[in-house]
Amino acid sequence: MKKVLLGNDAVVQGALEAGVDFVSGYPGCPSAEIGDNLGKIAKEKGIYAEWSTNEKTGLEAAIGASFSGLKSLVNMKSFGINVCADSLLPLAYTGTKAPMVIFVGDDPSCHSSAQSEQDSRGYAYLFQIPVLDPSDPQECLDFTKLGFEISEKFNIPVILRSTTRVAHQRMPVEFAEVKNKTKKIGEFIKNPRQFSTMPPRTMEMKKELLEKLEKIRDFAEKNKINKIIGKKNNKFGIIASGISYLHVLDALETMGLDIPVLKLGFFYPLPEKLISSFIKGKKKILVAEEMNPYLEKEITRLAKDSKVEIHGKDLLPEVGELNADKIVFALSKILKIKTKLLKIENFKLKIPRRTARLCEGCPYWYIFPTLKRMAPDAIFTGDIGCNMIAGFSPHNMQDTLFSMGASIGIAHGVSKSTKQKTVAMMGDGTFFHSGIAGLINAVYNKSSPLMVILDNRITAMTGHQANPGMGKTLIKEETEELEIEGIARSCGVKHIKVLDPINIKEFEETIREFLNKEEISLIVCKRICALLAKRQKADRHDQ
Amino acid sequence: MTNKNFNIIINGVGGQGIITLLTLIAEAAFVEGLDVKSSELHGLSQRGGSVGTHLRFGKKIYSPLVPIGKADLIISMEMLEALRETEKSGKNTKFLINEYTSPFQGTLSKEEIKKQLGAEKNEMHIVPASEICKEKLGKEVVSGIYLLGWASAKNLIPIKKESFLQAIKNSIPEKYLELNIKAFNLAYDV
Repeated sequence: MKKVLLGNDAVVQGALEAGVDFVSGYPGCPSAEIGDNLGKIAKEKGIYAEWSTNEKTGLEAAIGASFSGLKSLVNMKSFGINVCADSLLPLAYTGTKAPMVIFVGDDPSCHSSAQSEQDSRGYAYLFQIPVLDPSDPQECLDFTKLGFEISEKFNIPVILRSTTRVAHQRMPVEFAEVKNKTKKIGEFIKNPRQFSTMPPRTMEMKKELLEKLEKIRDFAEKNKINKIIGKKNNKFGIIASGISYLHVLDALETMGLDIPVLKLGFFYPLPEKLISSFIKGKKKILVAEEMNPYLEKEITRLAKDSKVEIHGKDLLPEVGELNADKIVFALSKILKIKTKLLKIENFKLKIPRRTARLCEGCPYWYIFPTLKRMAPDAIFTGDIGCNMIAGFSPHNMQDTLFSMGASIGIAHGVSKSTKQKTVAMMGDGTFFHSGIAGLINAVYNKSSPLMVILDNRITAMTGHQANPGMGKTLIKEETEELEIEGIARSCGVKHIKVLDPINIKEFEETIREFLNKEEISLIVCKRICALLAKRQKADRHDQ
Repeated sequence: MTNKNFNIIINGVGGQGIITLLTLIAEAAFVEGLDVKSSELHGLSQRGGSVGTHLRFGKKIYSPLVPIGKADLIISMEMLEALRETEKSGKNTKFLINEYTSPFQGTLSKEEIKKQLGAEKNEMHIVPASEICKEKLGKEVVSGIYLLGWASAKNLIPIKKESFLQAIKNSIPEKYLELNIKAFNLAYDV
């Protein structure tokens, strides 16, 4: 069967075809559709699916599932892998029991990422686990299945690394129908020698990992997801992976060139013999990869005894995503071909930039101006989510922006270092993700920031996913509704106010009162996301 | 359909149904047995930011991104976003523009945008899709589908009308189907 599929939906289909049992993760862009869509069909397909509170708890849930014999898929955006890294390193040592694939969505050009242009492939060297790098939705499906196969064969977690232009690419995809199944009940069979990292066993495990890796290297060497296309016997060759491979084929077609291309589906471990044989006899090689020059470094190392000239980041940018035009430029430089590259000529016209803004009726419209008015000299530390729109005009009130939960952590540091008033702004989803640890640190170390939680009753920015404050799970089951103020109180916060920010006067008075406190204080601004309210109204209307 | 690939850029502001429009054209190309690739952006851009999506169809498509100057058609759901795209259009690029502006602090006036669009040498179709849909169907949200009908009626996209209608049937949920087909056909009546 064939159907036009989005890259992330192809991952969902691949996981279904592989027989996935257990899905966990944390929503982000460009990965959220995977959890969202598996959540929708989980019950009929006999799958357990959850949004975890963060990527670390998500990975750990999958570790428990794997050790109990269930096939698991963990999904997250680029930064998620930083969060779960602490548990992923020991997992590389213990290995998996039932197979596990970890989807990581990078975002070259930061289309929907604030904090950095992260190239998560680099983690391959740290974790020493296989990393697959698909180019299009068909490969998203095929590589997901292959990931489960590799994981099953070698008892190792496999990273499926995608990027925005792959995850959010559509094309006709060949797929197989998957029958509904009943939910699998696993069994945890005790085996502490395998599931617990404790020295001196830890060192043995490291040795086992390295031995495993040699076998996977052989597997990668023979696997057809690394392939050579185009005319052989050419003095020039191109090595590409991920989306860059498609841009290369496009550029070659535009220029009417027939040049051999080595396409790498494995980022780690690399098929070194295949690369060496491809390089052999060639005078020049172009390595086409986005962001960091990881492949280029490896290929330069493999080519050190030959006279081949390696090009890559000397001609292609290390910042921002690639496209076919950039490949055409690099090829014409290397081959000394004159190409008519279309230039953007009309730069005289300065078109005003449209930045993200708060939606109509967004509760934050009441929060930002009030805070700014009442605390004009305060240092505002920002956080990830819709509240980072505070950094844009007309608000312009975000003095720092780092990572999930960092607003309170940094506000505490500024409070301890200065006599200035600090205000940490954080969303409800972020509070549950990683804000609580920062809050405890601030209370414990007797800090004095004002923390404002912008509780819009959902994880909004990534597309309205459920979180622990809502009393609903991913698969729409009722659950405990965690109370932010209750958590803060038990963390030792003495000054707490929960209010609706549209009651400006009450909000103003509370800010005034709390800013004068010498201890940490918390205002929970509770008002539903305007889009969610609209949707709930429409749903009620439909019923 | 000639041998040449057909490149479309669809842009506008988050929340205007751009991705629905993109998936419909991709589906229609697929219905005709063509190869097709598209690229879209989600997330931050949904919150009132500029959204630019790419779609290419033909015999064999590699990259999902339309190279600079190579768009055959640019469908803009918003006039300033159309103007933004003129910088990257080629001589033969045609424009189909919704006569609608989503203003923000520091933007250009509608008159200024119109003036600057008028100064372009490209073939331009400026259609009050939002207004017509609001007036005739009471739903602005289908203005993208109306524009698609318009593009189909004026042969701006080398895909048959039946294929578009089939794509709408394949992709739009049952309860919105009638409204969408109405919006599509409405453009044929003008």
